[in-house]
Amino acid sequence: MSGNPKPDRGLVKLDSDECKGCGLCVEACPPKVLHLADHLNPYGYHPAAYTGAGCTGCGICFYVCPEPGAITVFRLVEQKAEPKSEELMPAAA
Amino acid sequence: MASYTVAHGKAKCFYDHYERKADLQHQTHYCPGCGHGIVHKLIAGTIDALGIQDRTVLISPVGCSVFAYYYLDVGNIQVAHGRAPAVATAVKRSRPESIVISYQGDGDLAAIGTAEIVHAANRGENFTVIFINNAIYGMTGGQMAPTTLLGQKSTTTPFGRNVWNEGYPLKVCELLASLTGPVYIERVALGDNKQIMRAQRAVRRAIEIQTQGLGFSLVEILSPCPTIWKMNPVEAQHWVKEEMTKTFPLGVFRDRTKEAERRPAPAHAPPLAEIPRILGIANGASRRAAAAAPLNDAEPRDLRIKVAGFGGQGVLLLGQVLAEAGLDAGLEVSWLPSYGPEMRSGTSNCHVRLSARPIDSPLVSRPNVLLALNEPSLRKFLPTVEPGGWVFYNGTALAEDCHREDVQILVRPFTKMADELGETRAGNIVMLGALLESTGVLSEQHVNGALRRLVKSERWLEINRLALAAGREAARKGNGHEK
Repeated sequence: MSGNPKPDRGLVKLDSDECKGCGLCVEACPPKVLHLADHLNPYGYHPAAYTGAGCTGCGICFYVCPEPGAITVFRLVEQKAEPKSEELMPAAA
Repeated sequence: MASYTVAHGKAKCFYDHYERKADLQHQTHYCPGCGHGIVHKLIAGTIDALGIQDRTVLISPVGCSVFAYYYLDVGNIQVAHGRAPAVATAVKRSRPESIVISYQGDGDLAAIGTAEIVHAANRGENFTVIFINNAIYGMTGGQMAPTTLLGQKSTTTPFGRNVWNEGYPLKVCELLASLTGPVYIERVALGDNKQIMRAQRAVRRAIEIQTQGLGFSLVEILSPCPTIWKMNPVEAQHWVKEEMTKTFPLGVFRDRTKEAERRPAPAHAPPLAEIPRILGIANGASRRAAAAAPLNDAEPRDLRIKVAGFGGQGVLLLGQVLAEAGLDAGLEVSWLPSYGPEMRSGTSNCHVRLSARPIDSPLVSRPNVLLALNEPSLRKFLPTVEPGGWVFYNGTALAEDCHREDVQILVRPFTKMADELGETRAGNIVMLGALLESTGVLSEQHVNGALRRLVKSERWLEINRLALAAGREAARKGNGHEK
């Protein structure tokens, strides 16, 4: 791992079909890594999107979001621990 | 390669899809930025964390959150406006192991449901109330709520809420905290992420208090309504934090968790099979078997009786006597009165059904027995009588144009006969006597038992005894000797 850039502590996945573009997550995100996309989703909202880097996994966007499943926040698994395969999610492209 | 694990995701107790509209199974019905969705997530997260999904019952109110049952996969009951605390009381008492959450908005809880919430809190009922205060009626389009701030514009306070006209915003937490019953009352807000995290802890605390059996807990949540407030979601969130909290200060208004005693669990509701015994009708089945006897086989087992006349003629009482006697005979019965607001002289009728089988509807539109206490009633209902049915008419003769060959009609001046007994008002019972005698339905014993329950005075019981006898006599005799 040494030599590679340090991976982000967190990762956020946004379901653009569920998002209504209220912007509360964009406002609340401490590292400011969320924005409203330029495109419209099928319901006519500009959905929230991740800039792709810098998420800390704090979960604040999840709590301020009014939709039950629009935001999922992941945290980096410490590499020294043996990974528990079922819980693991590969880093999203 | 870095690996990630889910830290915050959709709670398990949300449905995967919301079966509300064809294309919208992915989203809630709430407006962008609405506080309801946030609070639903706080509740869902708590239910998951406490592992109580299988025994949680959510009582949803009237208001925007009326559809909460589309989202949360728990027991759901949607109740009449403002009555959630009453229903929650019933659910919690009859199923003490359940976790009951009454989810109510400010119109529901603080306006129409004020009485219910005050008394449930005062009784210290062991359930949890989540009270969403957005200071407005959202679903109906923005009318003033009891919690609307002073000066706040709404469709019903277009110049702003004015103390001299609409009074002060109702402070529910402060009001309920003045009672002895509640165990835990806190006001939180959704004004920023810190406030939301505080709200999460309050919701969890309130529900935990219920799981510990300590008693009534309520969390008031100041919540944004961007659409009706005419703000964008971020402005609305700021308004909660900056403006609402000035009128509705945040904090814990009551915490008796340390000294509160565990409420004694109410006795479990008895199983359904036990209820006849508790009501003292345990041998109903055997009585029902015997019941067929008073109705001889030649007569219809399903009596559909219409009693009609003027108010004051004893129309409703006559129907009640029939129904009560049928009940004693072990029959299925129904009695449905229909009358105008007048106590006397208005038209009045009632529908009575006596049946050996369960009754599908208490309405009698095709009677097989018509008891017409006056001519207008006869004219109105004679055409509806089923062929082969019975008609009893309180008069001296049928009008020329008021006759049918396919029904049995008995015409007697029942009221005049009662008058001769010294009590004009007993005409209905004279008619009853004629009905019993002619049709052979219901035994004397059951009718007398019903009269004893419905008629309180000894004098009237005696009059009714004479009236029944006179009616039977009149039915036995040939045509109209009384003329």
